[in-house]
Amino acid sequence: MIAFIIRRLLQSVIVMIAVAAVSFTLFRFVGDPINSMVGQETSIADRQALRDSLGLNDPIVLQFGRFLGNALQGEFGISYRLQMPVTELILQRLPATVELALVSGLLAFVLGLSLGVYTALRRRGVLSNIIMTASLIGVSLPTFLIGVLLIWVFAVELRWLPSNGRGEVVALGDCWSTGLLTHSGRLALILPAITLGLYQMTLIMRLVRAEMLEVLRADYIKFARARGLSARAVNFGHALKNTLVPVITITGLQLGSIIAFAIITETVFNWPGVGALFINSVRFVDVPVMAAYLMMIALIFVVINLIVDLLYYAVDPRLRVDRAGKAH
Amino acid sequence: MTPNTPGKTPGRLYRLWDSDLFYAFRTAPVAIVATLVALTIIACAVLAPWLAPMNPYNPGGLNLMNGFTPPMEPNAFTGETFLMGADNQGRDMLSTIMYGTRTSLFVGAMAVLFAMTLGISIGLYAGWRGGWVDGALMRVADVQLAFPAILIALLIFGIARGFIPDNMRDQLAIWVLIVAIGLSDWVQFARVVRGATMVEKNKEYVQAARVIGAHPAKIMFRHILPNVMGPVLVIATISLALAIIAEATLSFLGVGVPPTQPSLGTLIRIGQGFLISGEWWILLFPSLTLLALALSVNLLGDWLRDALNPRLR
Repeated sequence: MIAFIIRRLLQSVIVMIAVAAVSFTLFRFVGDPINSMVGQETSIADRQALRDSLGLNDPIVLQFGRFLGNALQGEFGISYRLQMPVTELILQRLPATVELALVSGLLAFVLGLSLGVYTALRRRGVLSNIIMTASLIGVSLPTFLIGVLLIWVFAVELRWLPSNGRGEVVALGDCWSTGLLTHSGRLALILPAITLGLYQMTLIMRLVRAEMLEVLRADYIKFARARGLSARAVNFGHALKNTLVPVITITGLQLGSIIAFAIITETVFNWPGVGALFINSVRFVDVPVMAAYLMMIALIFVVINLIVDLLYYAVDPRLRVDRAGKAH
Repeated sequence: MTPNTPGKTPGRLYRLWDSDLFYAFRTAPVAIVATLVALTIIACAVLAPWLAPMNPYNPGGLNLMNGFTPPMEPNAFTGETFLMGADNQGRDMLSTIMYGTRTSLFVGAMAVLFAMTLGISIGLYAGWRGGWVDGALMRVADVQLAFPAILIALLIFGIARGFIPDNMRDQLAIWVLIVAIGLSDWVQFARVVRGATMVEKNKEYVQAARVIGAHPAKIMFRHILPNVMGPVLVIATISLALAIIAEATLSFLGVGVPPTQPSLGTLIRIGQGFLISGEWWILLFPSLTLLALALSVNLLGDWLRDALNPRLR
């Protein structure tokens, strides 16, 4: 167990260092950092002095070490475009993204689970078939198109919901703002959350359905039925419980995808989150923001993957035996 | 007309018609419809310069008076009618979509081709060599697989743009896009080819080729590759749908193809701007085209996977 954790941790650290190296290369070699800091009239001697004082003439390895040290302290320099510290920019916009991601993740999980269980239990029902067909279309529709179509129907034609922005937000403490506490904030969250969660929802639904169908065929379900347990106890106590391990794993892994796909949803709905910031940094080649976002998203993914792996290992005893067998 | 008479080898076309795969195709209505839809769209896109009613990017052929003409209604000033309406500058939407699909398909197909070449080469090499080379390559693949492809494409695109000087960015954008989407998509190919190679390399025909002294590269590409092409074909089809969607997404986000060469994604982005003012056709028709294209290619890929899987027959 400990060997597994150590190996897994080491792997994560290697991935993070690799991503940091990419970030650093980007940071250091795209354009001339000096040019983006000083005006045109700065003399060459001054530039050279600045270069020396910033340590840009030091050996590359030393510079990389310094970059890593700064990154560990959450220091990524100043945005070329917005002239603000990158960390501050990201922290400012993080609440919007986190809120959106959590709400749509929850939506996807709850709806996906219930629809999945329903379609598995009523396999040949008319409604089940409709849901399954609709889910096929949901998987094929690109995220941005779902968003645009939702805006068309609910914001332009029906005028029920706003098409952009976050509505009114309330500040919680110094560093967090939430739209969940105001009416307009909640209304503004609905369409983006559906857009972002729909794909994950269909994925979870199909997974739950497949796992349920598999489990319902197992012998212990037949025995449970033979023992005269109620359908409810069999379906939920025995069947659903045993499908949850893979479902939770996939849902956990999907949380990363939700944050990634938030880039698209935020652009469609003009949502003031980190993803929209990143898209603009790509468009205007704002290197510090790109580098910081790269590190942040990699960290989120690595941490989620690590947690899911460890959870899986803790939950499924078969895996432990298998790994131990391989190690010897 | 009995091509199967003894003593006479049946023609190529007949053998194709008589093959298992084609039989499965003939009897699957979904596959036939999907193929027809996909082929129609592809033909319209490829032949756009000859088929399209007008060249939408020739400023001389535009009449601004035609701006915002609704579909199937004659314009109030010029009396011209457009099947799918006209956009704000009086461009015929049908022609715009045909040219846009052309760009989308070009980027998608090139990206898949690139991903396929890269993935097959890496997969063959990793499967053939084994050992630490294989281990290292597959770890890279694992890590990449943990991230969504669209995010990887976006990051590669952003990084590559950073390294290209300002004045070259628009010119090279399409090629950067192709490489970015291709690099985000090679893993599937590499994994499948690697697995199949590891099975194939112990078979007798490979050993025979080795005994003759054939060069490893020749064994890999001439002997093993043809035997692992089935699954590669399936992945390539599904990848095409994914690549088209990836391109559309990036262009929609405004970081894909340059504005001078709009693709379906760009058209949808432009269309979204006219939604509030009520010109729905500028958005609807490009969206439907993208949906039809992605869905038909996807269905075709699904069908191909089932048809080539002997266990499902």
